[in-house]
Amino acid sequence: MSHETHVEVRTQAQYEYDKAHSKAHMRKQVVNFAIMIFLTFVAFASVVAGFPATFIAPVILLLAGIQVVLQLYAFMHLEDRSTHMVGVIEFFIWSGGFLAFTFFVAFTTIIWWG
Amino acid sequence: MDLNQKFTPQTWPKHPEQATLEGKNKIVGLWIFLASDTVLFASVFATYIALKDHGPAGMTFAAKDLYELPLAFIMTMLLLTSSLTSVYAMYHMKNYNYSGVRTWMGITVLLGLGFLALEIYEFQHYVHIGFGYTQSAFSSAFFTLVGMHGIHVIIGLIWISGLIFRNSKRGLNLYNAPKFFAASLYWHFIDVVWVFIFTVVYLMGVLG
Repeated sequence: MSHETHVEVRTQAQYEYDKAHSKAHMRKQVVNFAIMIFLTFVAFASVVAGFPATFIAPVILLLAGIQVVLQLYAFMHLEDRSTHMVGVIEFFIWSGGFLAFTFFVAFTTIIWWG
Repeated sequence: MDLNQKFTPQTWPKHPEQATLEGKNKIVGLWIFLASDTVLFASVFATYIALKDHGPAGMTFAAKDLYELPLAFIMTMLLLTSSLTSVYAMYHMKNYNYSGVRTWMGITVLLGLGFLALEIYEFQHYVHIGFGYTQSAFSSAFFTLVGMHGIHVIIGLIWISGLIFRNSKRGLNLYNAPKFFAASLYWHFIDVVWVFIFTVVYLMGVLG
């Protein structure tokens, strides 16, 4: 089952380059994490601050949307285009998101109509 | 090639989780499962939104007076941090540092346990003040949605700790690297769902 596996020995220079590369990538992930914490903090603070609900609700939903895209693409590595069948993965996950949106629209409009 | 082949940092593949066909298929399969899980959560979210603050006449509990933001904030921080610690575990996996993988996965489990303890406390508190599962349509929808997420957390904790124990003496190889990676993807997804729960349930609940 692992017949496709190709193992190669990296040279010391290549090894050190890869190591530095993944270290730099990890630093980026920590920055992404800081952004997520910041967005969460803004969402909670804006609710506590007591702005009108009609203004705050869309804003915190937008913040949640940004945070989820960060999770999917940075933490869950969708940004890595070398992932096997990344297009199929994206098609499925965004289709799931689209279905979620139709549920939301249906349940907020039809159920209490009239 | 033997799946249990030993590696050195120099021979360890750049993408160990996708170096075998099994690993590749496992990741795609897990993502398709996560897409279906999205639909499952969408249905309980939509139900919650439709039934929020609805119930029998004279119902005493409304979302506005029920939720406590400090608790929701601490739970959010715990889960968000556990997401970062599993990213650290995957970073160490890339560098063929198995003790790093184990340590950071272990911290992820501890943070997840902290989250779960707070959630159990919260549910217990609600039931204690009379807001039980059968109290109203609102309470049923709330416990179904947040409880569904809690069950996912429990499954994730069993999954990750099972991986740590089962592979404690094996060391990293191409057999268990995709397993750790899949568990970490699942754990991130739990965080994705929680982002919507703290926004839609707790923050928009307090907004009224």
